[in-house]
Amino acid sequence: MSGGALRLEALEVRLEGFRLAPLTLAVEAGTYLVIVGPTGAGKTLILETIAGLRRPAGGQLFLDGAEITALPPERRQTGFVYQDYLLFPHLTVAENIAYGLRRRGLRRRERETRVEALAAMLGIEPLLDRRPATLSGGEAQRVALARALAVEPRLLLLDEPLSALDPATRLRLRGVLARLHDALGMTIIHVTHDFEEAFTLGDRVAVIHEGQLLQVGTPEEVFRRPNSEQVARFVGVQNLFRGRLQPLGDGYSRLHLDDISITVVGEAEGEAHLSIRPEEIVLSREPLHSSARNSFRGRITAIEDRGTLAYVAVEVPPVFTSVITHRSLEEMGLRVGEEVHIAFKASAVHLF
Amino acid sequence: MRRRRTEPLTVLFAALGGLLLLFIAAPLLWTLGAVSPAALMAALGEGEVRRAITLTLWASLVATVLALLTGVPLAYLLARHDFPGKRFVEGLIDVPIVVPHSAAGIALLLLFGREAIVGRLLAPLGLRFVAAVPGIVIAMLFVSLAFLVDAARDGFAAIDPRLERVARTLGASPWQAFRSIALPLAWRSILSGMLMMWARGLSEFGAVIILAYHPMVAPVLIFERFEAYGLDAALPVAALMILISLAVFVLLRMTTRRPEGRVR
Repeated sequence: MSGGALRLEALEVRLEGFRLAPLTLAVEAGTYLVIVGPTGAGKTLILETIAGLRRPAGGQLFLDGAEITALPPERRQTGFVYQDYLLFPHLTVAENIAYGLRRRGLRRRERETRVEALAAMLGIEPLLDRRPATLSGGEAQRVALARALAVEPRLLLLDEPLSALDPATRLRLRGVLARLHDALGMTIIHVTHDFEEAFTLGDRVAVIHEGQLLQVGTPEEVFRRPNSEQVARFVGVQNLFRGRLQPLGDGYSRLHLDDISITVVGEAEGEAHLSIRPEEIVLSREPLHSSARNSFRGRITAIEDRGTLAYVAVEVPPVFTSVITHRSLEEMGLRVGEEVHIAFKASAVHLF
Repeated sequence: MRRRRTEPLTVLFAALGGLLLLFIAAPLLWTLGAVSPAALMAALGEGEVRRAITLTLWASLVATVLALLTGVPLAYLLARHDFPGKRFVEGLIDVPIVVPHSAAGIALLLLFGREAIVGRLLAPLGLRFVAAVPGIVIAMLFVSLAFLVDAARDGFAAIDPRLERVARTLGASPWQAFRSIALPLAWRSILSGMLMMWARGLSEFGAVIILAYHPMVAPVLIFERFEAYGLDAALPVAALMILISLAVFVLLRMTTRRPEGRVR
């Protein structure tokens, strides 16, 4: 299975009083693109238009260089997975997965082999004879993935695939998606309103807000260096980092980033993402002697005064952003370029 | 704790409703009770009665099949597409229910009569509508098609259209998506609509009698016997038709009952 390169050329998506600004976007083959935007931003419409389920009001679509704007959905080889699974209720799990294979005229024996391979890959072999109504959300979404993958799509379109799941299942399925992408290398376009999904899964992230494509870039670029106030406001300040965990043996672990390491609660190993809410990061001019396990010295690179609150970016490196009241900003008399100390508790670090 | 008393209002409503239920059940049961099994068998033994009943069942079935072939596609369009005049179309389908059926018969006669446009057009094909089986079929079709179309439309409308969209992305053509997803999922609704339409067609009298007094369908036969020989002569045929209708009705209830199985 290899991915297709997708290009949207001034694509216009419209639906009864709702419209998106013309979209121009190139997705390289094999990319995992996450489109983030608030619920109701038209993300589903974009995916349905790419799949050929809706006619664009204007513009063009190219897959691997060939124009597909007018191609009917059955000839585009895109897999589609909806948030609420949409399994065919009158068919068994195996029949659901085999649906696309049947349409392609595969023989029964071949179909069975493919279905079993997909079921093994997604860990759903015991479910093959069940009816969709008897499955849990996580199981149903795995089946929906298997069904979409069965036709070896050049493009896998995921519409909020994890949003309907409980947190534990969501986490597990996020791992499944990452592994599938690594193993199969197809192009994935995944829309969500969840920043953690965007940060953990995306090779690239596109931010859509109020009908506009605001920024496209790597997750680091989008979350650390929003290109506009709109994006910054929408994605918020996240203090997102990626690192390697090492257990300390006393109920804590150290998370090694490039230049520093951070103490976090719990013992775990391996790659991890973390976020710290800006209000959890304390700023001071003097070194802090507190119960906070993490304290660093850095230089102020930016101050954004928003009236009652002010955001202060401190480069350790990496750059941490802290939020303080406008009053303390004035009282401390902070200026860009000055050295400050930052501190936060191990328990303030959110791992994901 | 005080035992909860049934509300007086509930008692009153139950009593009023009970009267109405009795009004439905009593005449039917009375009719069945008034005919001895021997009389029923004797009626069944008459060639005229058997022919009338068979004709009724067949004609209504043909009407139902005609409506299946044209009405199910229409129902699918209505469930899946918005178009100008859709509400008008939906209203039009239900009009035959409110038009007096004898008036419907007259209207059909005006178009399908021997000297009328459609009647003359189809005559070379050997299709005669006045005093002939095709006339009975179109009379039944006219007055009962709404039952099938409405049921099928509701059945299709209850299916998430995204199921068919997923099927399309998996390689299904529009026809294949309809055939393999929408149709099986709406099948129960369509089947119950067919049964309802069939049962309604069986009982049609007003429109049929205008177009075709002969060959005689069962309701016309009941009427004729009552007119010519009185109540006692009409009773066995009436009882037979009530029994047949009840059987269709039981079948209908069986198809509309939800299938077994756990639902999330």
